[in-house]
Amino acid sequence: MAVVNKSRAVKYRSYIKVFVFLFALLPLLQLFLGVLQNSLGPDPAKALAHLSGEWALRFLIITMAITPLRIITRSSEWVHYRRMMGLFVFFYAVLHLLIYCVFLLGLQWQDLWADILERPYITVGFGAWVLLLPLAVTSTKRWQRKLGRQWSRLHKLIYMASALILLHIIWQARSDLEEPLVYVLIFSVLMLLRLPIVKRIFNDRAKKSAAHQH
Amino acid sequence: MLIKQVADILPSEITSESSYLNRRQFMGAAGAMAMGSLLSPAISSASEVIEPPPLDYLAATKASPSGFYTSEVQTPYRDVTGYNNFYEFGTDKTDPEKYASKLVTDPWSVSIEGEVDKPGTYTLEDILKPHDLEERIYRLRCVEAWSMVVPWIGFPLADLLKRFGVGSKAKYVAFETLYRPDEMRGQRSRFGTIDWPYVEGLRLDEAMHPLTILAVGVYGKTMPKQNGAPIRLIVPWKYGFKSIKSIVKIRLTERKPATSWNKTAPSEYGFYSNVNPAVSHPRWSQATERRLPNSLFKPNRIETLPFNGYAEQVASLYTGLNLKRHF
Repeated sequence: MAVVNKSRAVKYRSYIKVFVFLFALLPLLQLFLGVLQNSLGPDPAKALAHLSGEWALRFLIITMAITPLRIITRSSEWVHYRRMMGLFVFFYAVLHLLIYCVFLLGLQWQDLWADILERPYITVGFGAWVLLLPLAVTSTKRWQRKLGRQWSRLHKLIYMASALILLHIIWQARSDLEEPLVYVLIFSVLMLLRLPIVKRIFNDRAKKSAAHQH
Repeated sequence: MLIKQVADILPSEITSESSYLNRRQFMGAAGAMAMGSLLSPAISSASEVIEPPPLDYLAATKASPSGFYTSEVQTPYRDVTGYNNFYEFGTDKTDPEKYASKLVTDPWSVSIEGEVDKPGTYTLEDILKPHDLEERIYRLRCVEAWSMVVPWIGFPLADLLKRFGVGSKAKYVAFETLYRPDEMRGQRSRFGTIDWPYVEGLRLDEAMHPLTILAVGVYGKTMPKQNGAPIRLIVPWKYGFKSIKSIVKIRLTERKPATSWNKTAPSEYGFYSNVNPAVSHPRWSQATERRLPNSLFKPNRIETLPFNGYAEQVASLYTGLNLKRHF
């Protein structure tokens, strides 16, 4: 049964990938339509910055959910989509930074520098972006081979980037902490699901049900 | 050039002084019965009858004290009423327009308390009756570094305070917004850090300043609920959050009253909160502002002026006060 599933998944993987890829581009379409239809309100640059940042965060959540999904479903199939999801985090993070620099700062570079140095939420946001950069660059199979074991150590940086991104959101809240707290909760759950005990529980369960079937 | 333009205008196009005065009277009368939606059809029909008003308007601008009007481009009505910070309805800029319809503003009463000669709870009609409404075109500078230009309809707060008699001990004026969680969903938020109801305060001399008004309308229409219906404060030289909305209580006090944002984050929001490009908010610069509406390639980023450009009128209120310390 498991073997059949696996080969079927392999067979359809490239189709699913195309599908997921196009799906992940929908937010970009949403941004474009917002600009074209002039439906982003009186401060469109700020709306674009918010939307692009929000989507970078959502793709980060999806990326960080791959390992828990692998543990819970006991299938490694998910891992094949992680690179693409991670690159979409970077894609929307680049868009987010570009929108901020071009439309909000009007390419006043000295202002960017002042913001990075003086505004803590921008400092950590920019820090997270810098951490994502080497991860995007080394995302190819060639770099993976080249770096060997160092590669997965390097890619642990995503945990630090996630923490900085959460700070980036918390420090922007003026009074209502509900939204940032929801994100903190989501990330906490994704971290807890990585604990060895979770893996053991799901492994034991699978063994038990297998024993039942016999 | 100017003379030629005036000559081009047909006599039939010029609004007679009598109809202009009628319009003013009409607005005064409308103010007297300004309850709920009554005001809006009254004023809009007035502007339909009297065409075109620009000349009268200019005359009025010249005749009135400086600072009462700005000739800067006005922010369109849909943005003034669709992009708001009114956290009682949610923290998103579009939340107030979406959710404020639940607010019941009729009947409405305002309690006037503390160091006043005639304390009591007055209906909105009683509050507005003797006051002539006038238009004030003010810059509105939000602490979040965006700004608008808004034509408010209102009357000087000083007139109201004088009417109820300012007590000799009064040094400050405290204001309070309605607290009604059933109608204001933001007040039900579990993780909000604002201690409802929203409160604000002014020093007495700030409250008595002719630029400080109580507004009941915008763009010649009744104040929309998302903008702080039925009656709100406008203090144009301070950050927007000082201009408290949907007021139910005005209290004259001897001691400096607490203010909501100051209680929430004392290091970020001071009691005065005068617009000051030299004092940055810890999380963003106040040196510039983005005038709304803007577009992607025309960000409308302009320099922020001390006291939001009203220094000529109000700077003297703060002589000798260290504005960096008393932000």
